[in-house]
Parts: sequence; structure tokens; C-alpha cells
Amino acid sequence: MNWFRFASPASFYPLAGRLAPWFGGAAALFAAAGLYVGLVAAPTDATQGDAYRIIFVHVAAAWMSMFIYLVMAFWCAVSLMFNARLAAMMAQALAPTGALFTALALVTGALWGKPTWGTYWAWDARMTSELILLFLYFGYMALRQAIDEPRRADRASAVLALVGAVNVPIIYFSVKWWNTLHQGASVSLTSAPTMAAIMLTGMLLMALAAWFYSIAIALTRVRVIILERERHAGWVGEAALAARGAR
Amino acid sequence: MSVAEFVGMGGYGFYVWGSYAACVLAIAAEIVVVRSRFAAARRAGGGREPSA
Amino acid sequence: MTAAQAAPRPLPAPGAWRGVAWAVRRDLRLALRSKAELGVQLLFYVIVATLVPLGVGPDSVLLRALGPGVLWVAALLASLLALPRLLAMDFADGTLEQMTLSPYPLPALISGKIAAHWLATGLPLVAVSPLLGLQFGLGGDELVVLALGLLLGTPTLSLIGAVGAALTLGLRNGALLALLVLPLYVPVLIFGAGAVDAVRTGLGAGAELSLLGAGLLGALVGAPLAAAAAARIAID
Repeated sequence: MNWFRFASPASFYPLAGRLAPWFGGAAALFAAAGLYVGLVAAPTDATQGDAYRIIFVHVAAAWMSMFIYLVMAFWCAVSLMFNARLAAMMAQALAPTGALFTALALVTGALWGKPTWGTYWAWDARMTSELILLFLYFGYMALRQAIDEPRRADRASAVLALVGAVNVPIIYFSVKWWNTLHQGASVSLTSAPTMAAIMLTGMLLMALAAWFYSIAIALTRVRVIILERERHAGWVGEAALAARGAR
Repeated sequence: MSVAEFVGMGGYGFYVWGSYAACVLAIAAEIVVVRSRFAAARRAGGGREPSA
Repeated sequence: MTAAQAAPRPLPAPGAWRGVAWAVRRDLRLALRSKAELGVQLLFYVIVATLVPLGVGPDSVLLRALGPGVLWVAALLASLLALPRLLAMDFADGTLEQMTLSPYPLPALISGKIAAHWLATGLPLVAVSPLLGLQFGLGGDELVVLALGLLLGTPTLSLIGAVGAALTLGLRNGALLALLVLPLYVPVLIFGAGAVDAVRTGLGAGAELSLLGAGLLGALVGAPLAAAAAARIAID
């Protein structure tokens, strides 16, 4: 099968429309299973009580926030290398969801921090890096918004995303350095309760739910973007053909 | 666990349910926003869509 | 005439280094014509550094603790302030477009511009920082490490900033440049301020300064290429 046929926005549009509901359904199933495991089946933790149950959403959100940025950067690289419009649109579709998960990671992290370590925000390495990641997402979206011409916006934001991707490990390393320098050997704020197998299962289920959800929503959003950006393209013939075929 | 224990979450109810509620609300909001943008985009295009 | 004599011999391609040298000379000459503007940027650094004690009070212990961080953050902001002048004027009058068409490699020309920009805006910060450090009660060792760190860090800030400036050419929103570039500045800030703290606690700043040096080398290699790509995107 010639996959490159789907590299054009017009042919990817219906494919995305057919795929999205399946991913959405899978997400719902994994979420139901994960919620059951996390809220009901997993036992109460000895040290953190029931507050630890937040990790089931917190870890999923944090993993997705980083994974989506990498996928976004990947599509940006593809769009630059092959001058591909659809790849740039895919990156554009992923960014808001990535930013959302980053924000959720920060919020759930704060809500987990208060009962566990007494403070909503403790400037630990991972949360501080998440905050900077949020700024990177906002920068990408703001640059896209600020440039009127769509292809220039595609290319400029792609360069920005790649520069960001290269810098994320450097930023994380430097923030970790900064954190250990100033905190010394105090309590490690990233410690989760020692993992019973069922807890890992719960985290995995929620992570899968988040992953499938991200795909579903990104496929839907890319359809919106295709419609908005390709309005001038001549689909009238195709739609008319489809209408004739339906009759 | 009884229902009361489930809601109370060992005294941490606000934090646990706050977190889960934040996630549910955020995701629901995202879905609503994307769907309304989609409907608006379809209307603006006069109902024309690619159907290769 | 033989075929070899008839065919014109190609001129040697202008080397990258000559491009760098040309850009440095040109931009320095231009910078020296607007000494007042550069003076104002330096003054911004001094004023911001003075604002913090006014905001937190003259407690010398507190100021000594805050000093390195404040001076570094102020350097970041001053660097940011100076960035638009790197490319905006050349973009506005079409010189940048001419540069993309020139036989000199664009990354080389941009490296030269960045070098001149740093000499005009970054180096003065390095020179003034020991004086400001005294205001915060920093000791001799700390002042040396502060200046060394800024010496290694400010060129990196100019290099990274150039990529941001190239991406936002022609856009009116100045704050956008800050949003794009400040997160990327974070490692330089952490290691620069961390170096002074390290020397203060007696650990020695070797590691931080080495990391700053490594960052500078990385930026020297990567930033002109990225900035050139971004400039082409803005011009095409």
C-alpha cells in the first residue's frame, strides 16, 4: 500500500476521521480500567495514605507532556526535511494537548505535594522542568500565532520546536544540578511510594489512556486545521462525487 | 472501602478528587472546544470536505 | 585558443572566515556610531541591579545571598533588551536579504554579526559586573568567578538570542522574543549563578565554569546555523 498517498492533507482528512473514534474508544476503555485500579483496587499506601492515588493521573500527564513534545518535534523535523505541510499541521495539532498535559502535571503535582510534603510548590527538579516545558509549548504556540503567513509559521515554529527539543535534556540536567546544589541531601521530592505491582498496572493503564486520547484528539484537531487552512483547495468536485456515490 | 471512605480518601479527599476532577474537566473542555471548532470550520467551508 | 584558455576560471569561493571578519568589522563600525544606545543598555543593567536592593531592603546578608542570582538575571534581561538590534535593522532595510544572496555563507556572516553584537553589548556587562558585585557585598573570589562566568555566558546568550531574533524578524511583539528565548537561557543562568555560589561555599567553580564553556562551544557550532535557517525562513 502506498502510504505516501496519505501525505496530502486532503487524503489524510477522511483517514483521520475514520481512525479517531477507535482511538477515543480505546482511551475510554483504558481510562475506565485505570480508574478502577487506581481508585478502588490498589491498596492504601502505608506512608502516604490515600493521597498517593494522585500519581495515577500525575505520572500519566507528566509522561504525555514530554512524549507529545518529542512527537511534535519529530513531525516538525519531517516537515522541514520534506517540506511537508501535513507534518507541520500534525505538530500544530499536538501542541495544545501537550500543553494541557503539562499544565495538568503541574496542578496534580501541586495537589500531591501539599498533603505529602506540606507545600504546593517546592521547586523540585522535575516540577521546575515541567514548568519550563510549559513555557516551551507556549512559545511554540505564540510564535505560530504571531506569524500570519501559514508556511512561514510552519517553518519558523518547526525550527523553534527542534531547538527546544535539543535543549530540553540540557535544561533538565541544569535544573537537577540547581536543585541538588541548593537542597543538599534532603528528602527526595520525586519519590513515589515503593511500587506494588498493582500500582504499576494502574499507572500503565492511565498512561495508555492518555496516549490514545492524545492521538484521538490530535487527529480530530488536525482535521479542523486541514479545513481551516485548505479552504481554497478544490474539494467541490470530490464532495460532489461522494454525494453522487451516496445516492 | 465504604462509600464514605471512598469520598473521604483518608482525609485527602480534596487533593485526590481535586486532581481527578481537574483532569476530567480539562479533557472535557478540550473535547468540547475542538468539536465546536470543527463544526464551525465545516460550516465556514459550506459543507465541503475532502473525501478522497 | 584552447578550450581551457577560453573557459573562464572560477574565482575562489569567499571563505567563511573572511565572511565573519567582514561582518564583525561592519557591525562594530555601525555599533560605534550609536554609542548612546549602547550606553543606555548598559545603564539598564546597572539600574535593574540597583532596583533589587531597593525592593528587598539593605540587609547585607540577604543581599550577599541574592547577589549572584540578581546580577545574572539582570544580565539575561539586558541581553534580551539588546537582541533586536542584531538583525532587525538589517532586515528592515533589505541588507539581510542581500546577505542571504551573498557568496559568503550566511551562518558565517551571522556569526560575525553576533560576535560584534556581543563585543558591543555583552562585554560591557562583564566589565561592569565586578562593580555591581561590590554593591551586593561579594568578595574577591566571587567577583572573579562572576566576571568569568559572564564572560563565558554572555556570548552564549547572544548566540541563543540570535536564533530567537531570527525567528521573530518583522514581528511587532517584543515580548514574544522574551518568551521564546528565556527558557533556553535557564541553563546558562543556573550554571553562572551556581558558579559564584560554589566558590562561596568553598567547593570551587570548576564544574560550573566548564559547563558554561561547553555550552558556549555548543552554541558557537549550532546557533549560527539555526539562526541562518530561521533568517531564510523569514525572508523567503
